[in-house]
Amino acid sequence: MTTPLLEVKNITKSFGRVKALQDVSCKVRAGEVTAVLGDNGAGKSTFIKTLSGVHPPDTGEYLVDGEPVRFTSPRDARHRGIATVYQDLALAPLMPIWRNFFLGSEPATYGWLKSHDAKKIVHDELRKMGIQIRDPEQPIGTMSGGERQSVAIARAVYFGARVLILDEPTSALGVRQAGVVLRYIAQARERGLGVIFITHNPNHAYPVSDHFVLLQRGRSVGDYSKKEITMPELTQQMSGGAELEALQHELQNILKDSEEKDSVEST
Amino acid sequence: MTTQHQDPGVGTPAPHTAAEAALPPDDYDDRLVKTGSLRKVLMSQEFGAAIAALLIFVGFSLAAPVFATRQGIGNFLDPAATLGIMAVAVALLMIGGEFDLSSGVMIGSTALVTALVTTQLDTNVWFGIAASLIFALIIGFLNGFMVHKTQLPSFIITLSTYFMLWGLNYAVTTGLTNQVTVSGLREYNGYDSARVLFGSSFGGFQVSLIWWLVITVIGALLLRRTTAGNWIAAVGGNSAGALAVGVPVARVRIALFMGTATAAWLVGQLTVIRYASATVTTGIGQEFNFIIAAVIGGCLLTGGAGSVIGASIGALIFGMVQQGMPLAGLPSELFKFFLGAILLVAVLVNLFLKKRAQS
Repeated sequence: MTTPLLEVKNITKSFGRVKALQDVSCKVRAGEVTAVLGDNGAGKSTFIKTLSGVHPPDTGEYLVDGEPVRFTSPRDARHRGIATVYQDLALAPLMPIWRNFFLGSEPATYGWLKSHDAKKIVHDELRKMGIQIRDPEQPIGTMSGGERQSVAIARAVYFGARVLILDEPTSALGVRQAGVVLRYIAQARERGLGVIFITHNPNHAYPVSDHFVLLQRGRSVGDYSKKEITMPELTQQMSGGAELEALQHELQNILKDSEEKDSVEST
Repeated sequence: MTTQHQDPGVGTPAPHTAAEAALPPDDYDDRLVKTGSLRKVLMSQEFGAAIAALLIFVGFSLAAPVFATRQGIGNFLDPAATLGIMAVAVALLMIGGEFDLSSGVMIGSTALVTALVTTQLDTNVWFGIAASLIFALIIGFLNGFMVHKTQLPSFIITLSTYFMLWGLNYAVTTGLTNQVTVSGLREYNGYDSARVLFGSSFGGFQVSLIWWLVITVIGALLLRRTTAGNWIAAVGGNSAGALAVGVPVARVRIALFMGTATAAWLVGQLTVIRYASATVTTGIGQEFNFIIAAVIGGCLLTGGAGSVIGASIGALIFGMVQQGMPLAGLPSELFKFFLGAILLVAVLVNLFLKKRAQS
């Protein structure tokens, strides 16, 4: 098989006495989407920050194109084509769309912005993703959540990302907006990018992903390819099966009780 | 001040309409309301401040015709210039999300360093000026470094710097000279050439006016036309996000504090060379005036947005009100009241514009 674009093997990361990640492994090849699933507190944020170069792992291997790397800043990671799109988005809401799009990688000659070119590029790139903006000077805070997420993805792709790390790209969005973002994820995969899709929502992860890595309390508790697992199994696995069943049982009892009460009151 | 809010030509609707017409109808969001570039200019921060400045000028001119004479204009441009130089640097810092309460006392400190180094070491005035610049850069660096490393509010860090400098101004000056004023700078080599740059005047206008214009143009170009300007606004708007996309946040922050310190140095030199003396109280209490000027010009207290040209117009308004009130027969004791009122109005307008931008 081809060498994975990005692979981490048994990485561990601690903050003081808290072990945020223990022996987590994950890989993604070109044209594949790997979903990293976990509930709140599973270590997803630390995992993303480790992959994106914010803080290097304490132990374990980080390979890009099969070569070991050690990133000390997100800039290092981006130079190797690894781009991270954050949940809270690396955006300044009051700044114009085009300034946000190019933030940190502005087209410039000796520090002078080529603002005319930049605005045209933004207009064209967003149009390719089906987003019509009336004016690249408008503050990005005026766009909808899905649009902003798509701007961030368009931006990463434009800057030559080979691996996209997406941090909960759909979690803050409505159903329709989430669908829009999922479509871009599928589109990125078609274009031969590797995507690491971090989410707590198996409904969003399952349709677009090829592999699934499950995180729980900082540990990897499952690693499946799409053939090996169905959507209900994935949901079951993620929520810790037995617990969910117990919860369902409990909810049913509550409902039954209230129905009985209602019928008593109505007689 | 030829910097415009946007490129001419970009706001022209022709290519947009063509693109929109080519789109299938369901792809076009009909909820979008077209805003012309004229409307955008009318709603901009600079424009509001400029209109206010014009009204204030006309008002005082009607109340006191001497206000609009060459002498009158020179009178209000004098304080506006030094305030404006500071307001530009302070505006950039505020857009970057920070405050510098030591910016006022720093004017006195740098003036004193120039005077003390020159007189105590018996050297050329230019040597004193250079030493003072190095001093300012070091203090600015330390302010920025401390704020960045500790992540504490810059308010607190620079408040400590403010008191420490205040104390040093008194202690060192009286310790070395037994006086609170260092004078006699005229006797030293280099004073005359330094005076051309920092202390001369022409027909009732001070040389500081040229410095103000130059600094405003540099500041406006920096903010609007350079990558550094993009980084400043981003650091103030979302520093974590800026860091994540590779903006050198630490460098930007430290440079901004070094910027206010350098502006204070410039104003310090304009003062010490013009009067050939420096006093320990110079600049103390002025730090809020710079912030007020920047806010009048459209700077948000929360960072992320603001205007350099607006800040300069804010300084102009400040100077006009300060000099115009006594001329118009208003009790000058009321100046502070009007200052507060202008600040309140400016903050409310900024809040309104910010909400509009995010709705």
